[in-house]
Amino acid sequence: MIPQTFEYTAPKTLEEALQIIAGGGKPLSGGMSLIPMMKLRLAAPDHLVDLGRLKDLHYIREEGGALHIGATTTHQDVASSALVRGKCPLLAQTAGGVGDPQVRNRGTIGGSVAHADPSADYPAAMQALEAKFVLKGAKSERTVAAADFFLDTFLTALEPGEIVREVIVPVEDGSTGTHYEKVVQKASGFAVVGIAVRISRKAGKIVWARVGVTGLANHAYRATAVEKGLAGTSGGATEVQNAAAVVADGIEANSDLHASAEYRKHLAVVHTIRALLAALARTA
Amino acid sequence: MATTIAKPELLVGKRLRRREDPRLITGTATYVDDIKMPGMLYAVIVRSPHAAASIKSMDVSKAAQHPGVAAVFTGKDTEKVGPVPCGSSLPGLRVPHHYILAPERVYFVGHPVAVVVATDRYVAKDAADLIEIDWDVRGAVADPEKAIADGAPPVHPQWPDNKAFTHHQEGGDVDKAFAEADVIVKQRITSQRLIPTAMETRGVVAEWRAADRQLNLYSSTQIPHLMRSLVAQMLGLEENRLRVVTPEVGGGFGSKLNVYAEEALMGFVAMKLGKPVKWIESRRENFLCTIHGRGHVDYYEVAAKKDGTITGIKLLIIQDLGAYHQLLTPAIPTLSVLMMPGLYKTANIRADIIGAFTNCVPTDAYRGAGRPEATHGIERMVDILAAELKMDPVEIRLKNFIQKEDFPFPTATGLTYDTGDYSLPLKKALGMVGYEKLRAEQAEKRKKGELMGIGISTYGEICAFGPSPATPAGGWESATVKIDPSGKVTVMTGCSPHGQGEETTFAQIAADELGIDIDDILVLHGDTAIVQYGIGTFGSRATAVGGTALYFALQDLKAKIKKFGAFLLESDDATLAGGVVTCNKTGASKTLQEIAGATYRAMKLPANTEPGLIATHFWEPTNFTFPFGAHIVVSDIDRETGGITIRRYIAVDDCGNILNPLIVDGQVHGGVAQGLGQALWEEAVYDESGQLVTGEMTDYVLPRAHMMPWIESDHTTTPTPVNPLGVKGVGEAGTIGCSPAMVNSVVDALSPLGVRHIDMPMTPEKIWRLVQGASSQEPVARMGERL
Amino acid sequence: MNINLKINGKTHSDDVEPRLLLIHYLREVVGLTGPHVGCETSLCGACTVECDGKAVKSCTMFAVQADGANVTTIEGLAVDGKLHAMQEAFWNEHGAQCGFCTPGMIMASKQILDRNPHPTDEEIRMGLEGNVCRCTGYQHIVNAVRAAAKAGA
Repeated sequence: MIPQTFEYTAPKTLEEALQIIAGGGKPLSGGMSLIPMMKLRLAAPDHLVDLGRLKDLHYIREEGGALHIGATTTHQDVASSALVRGKCPLLAQTAGGVGDPQVRNRGTIGGSVAHADPSADYPAAMQALEAKFVLKGAKSERTVAAADFFLDTFLTALEPGEIVREVIVPVEDGSTGTHYEKVVQKASGFAVVGIAVRISRKAGKIVWARVGVTGLANHAYRATAVEKGLAGTSGGATEVQNAAAVVADGIEANSDLHASAEYRKHLAVVHTIRALLAALARTA
Repeated sequence: MATTIAKPELLVGKRLRRREDPRLITGTATYVDDIKMPGMLYAVIVRSPHAAASIKSMDVSKAAQHPGVAAVFTGKDTEKVGPVPCGSSLPGLRVPHHYILAPERVYFVGHPVAVVVATDRYVAKDAADLIEIDWDVRGAVADPEKAIADGAPPVHPQWPDNKAFTHHQEGGDVDKAFAEADVIVKQRITSQRLIPTAMETRGVVAEWRAADRQLNLYSSTQIPHLMRSLVAQMLGLEENRLRVVTPEVGGGFGSKLNVYAEEALMGFVAMKLGKPVKWIESRRENFLCTIHGRGHVDYYEVAAKKDGTITGIKLLIIQDLGAYHQLLTPAIPTLSVLMMPGLYKTANIRADIIGAFTNCVPTDAYRGAGRPEATHGIERMVDILAAELKMDPVEIRLKNFIQKEDFPFPTATGLTYDTGDYSLPLKKALGMVGYEKLRAEQAEKRKKGELMGIGISTYGEICAFGPSPATPAGGWESATVKIDPSGKVTVMTGCSPHGQGEETTFAQIAADELGIDIDDILVLHGDTAIVQYGIGTFGSRATAVGGTALYFALQDLKAKIKKFGAFLLESDDATLAGGVVTCNKTGASKTLQEIAGATYRAMKLPANTEPGLIATHFWEPTNFTFPFGAHIVVSDIDRETGGITIRRYIAVDDCGNILNPLIVDGQVHGGVAQGLGQALWEEAVYDESGQLVTGEMTDYVLPRAHMMPWIESDHTTTPTPVNPLGVKGVGEAGTIGCSPAMVNSVVDALSPLGVRHIDMPMTPEKIWRLVQGASSQEPVARMGERL
Repeated sequence: MNINLKINGKTHSDDVEPRLLLIHYLREVVGLTGPHVGCETSLCGACTVECDGKAVKSCTMFAVQADGANVTTIEGLAVDGKLHAMQEAFWNEHGAQCGFCTPGMIMASKQILDRNPHPTDEEIRMGLEGNVCRCTGYQHIVNAVRAAAKAGA
């Protein structure tokens, strides 16, 4: 219940924050994962750099056909934003199911993405949305696609000294239907399996589909085989079932107290079907 | 002057909101962690990370030198304190010496080995991390069946078979019943380990007043007086020098019906250092070190006639005791044996218990304590028998129920059921749920391959513990009622409620009996310096036993009020009503306030009458009470995922007379939540090495609001003759009735697939595997070898 | 380090260790007793307080993170001795048994109605997802939130 001692800085500017982080400071955003780990003494950073007060990291805006979301925007702000709900409903739906109301009030999109918990909700949506992350260090800034960002359990493409500054997700056009389907680990609220789906259907044919999967593997991934199987079809029940059947192929699935690997894989298939059908029902 | 007294409104039976709530809803209640004292120190306990190990060496020097640390104590320092008491006695029971800090060998993960005392909890925790221990890790066993198998590592080296006791009980002629049976059904049924998880963890503040030779112990407990007796013994302190106070207690469910190492340890520390000390259990410690519940592996055999008449029951219980006996550990499975026939008229029973030591935290009383296991077993077996005979589960129950005219009914296990009409709640519940229609719907669904289940349990339980010969430490309860010179009333109850609402219900009883305003009554409890000796709140006893003690204390007091009032009125024919004594001849009257004032002023006293208005009553019940009821669960199963959806939950409970329906409903709802928790989600999982895998709320699934169904609750009322209030107890009913109804519902849903039994918790994966046709049926053959 | 914040309408200024959790600050330094500690993993919600208008778990925040914030605890809900409608509803509907989860439960319930004055039962239950009660089975708590909604809390 009691963290070890540390130094704490709440910088006034992002530049100042990045300087300290470059020197080994650990960024603190909402703290919803980091603080419990510190309380259990599973994490003991020497220096916390609180990004929570940086107003210029807290925003949601539409720019150039995409939504740009600042790293410290909370799940609650994402879930309740009219802009996100209207233009990127998959992200709003996903954000609305993270943790619980109190966690959503504090937890941030940047923090969650950077933490890369293999059972977190956001990464599934990020994969399906082909989100981009603006990674910023003291002297650098680069943009990395979600597909290249999530590398392993709690491991991302972030280099030492870098933070996730912004998340960029597409604005959906009228042809797209989306859905996030989650099997909840009832104790922790994380996903046993989470399937995020986007489908573009025009004139009765699926133009493209995107499927992001969390909870199943060491990190969230895009199920491209499912996507390929759907493209060009009309999205009938059989087509959906056939396409979804391969969602876990080749995956070394997680296995724990809450679900065996075999069951997780099975759930992934079932919930991919359900997510696809729900998303299809939302296409025009 | 004649006074017109309106008949006062009776409060018993009214849906009154609780009188304890204002402090709870404003955050001003005082729980143990809210207590602060000048100079108070804070303790953190160092615990074993291993399930079985010896301490090769321990270096506490860095911790002791850490700034802010007042002292570090280890098992060597506390060897003479204790042991942690086991309050139950069974013939031949093996009782390991339970040190408050392990001096050499540890037996479960979380076993305390040292305590660090410092100026605040942050410093104490930092210092605790500086203690270095070199462990010699030994082999551990965490499964009770494995523990009693050949070659298992001995938990306690002096008892290599890991058997703490065996217990045998028999009634009637079982062999004959089984020899003459038309059908015998067998099943292995487990009742998994559960973590009670009171929202407030345990906590202790100890304050030693050396000059007065007085130890004040503030503890979150269900049993302040028993704790006082036992902790005084552990510390070698005279009992009258120890005061135990239970401030607000944030839930217990049996987990605080105990005396733990920490109470004596904090007393020891406070006495050594001469300063007050506080210890608050972390949630992880709570999961690792506070008792768990259940932990049964049961082997059942039921013999019956073709028509469904149950003629005999055999039961072997393998009880996972954990590494030690806490207060009631070995006694809990004996309660299961007592209740093994359930509501059914079976004359022939045979039960055996093997108490198995494991390298786990001890099991002990958890909501229901032995009765949920028994009810789960018999209610499952009745359904299994019904399935075998292709009978409706309602029909087989009605056929075997003890009948209304059979009471008082002597059971094959030696109990005497007080009263009942078991078909009443069942029929009411069937009506509420629309049973016939649901069965028709189910038949239609089955044609389409859909899985829908209707599960019934008709439970009975033992409540109102109990007659003293059958209850460790005594089964009576006490009450004192005192009326101040101003006429205001204080009730002191020996039971120590912690959420059950007795500050309200006991005031209701007193208000009705005395005919006064409830706002003139204060109910006190939980302080051994204020309240006369009492037993405590557990076993659904507080109202039935403590309330009855209060009732009789009030009768004594009413007699004195009436006598005194008549004396003041110089009347030989007076009546006490509405808080006023009235002369029936003249109509003249004296108010309670006037009478109370006069009893203390004592200018004139009736012959052979002492001044003052105070009465104490210790009430010893002649029997337990035996509430009963029927729960029905309608569930739908998702074939693809194994997910269970509860469509309807019906609970019809007969707990006798109801003092406050609002509170009774709350007890039922909470009980059902814990029953569903067991049926669907909760399980304390130890791995092979004795590590608790579900060691935090991140992995131990607790029921949350969105997981709970709407509970349709109703009652039938069959008052018990055991006490004059006619109340039986309801705190555990929901839990006891729930789990078999839930499991029966899911088994019913899966029965077209040939499923006959499912062990708890019924996780979606388990259900999915059953649907897949992977047999999870328990190995019936093994039972034959055991029974 | 020095922090300045408003708690239940009153300004507080204290020197605290950075690692001091907000819950411990509120309880040990400020002397409040309403917010409780029920776990260490941010899952039970007993420590829930309102921070700048949002329900948060004060065990999963450092006090320094609340520097400059406006914090309301259960103790700050009643105004001039008059209970908040949600407190009144918890009382009337028997939403509390042992009472330990109650302060956090009431703060979470208040947020439900702050955001949605007329929630469905399902919305109420989902709004309580972050809070564990071991006594009530939640039904009377749901009733309390319903009643408070009806009363226009």
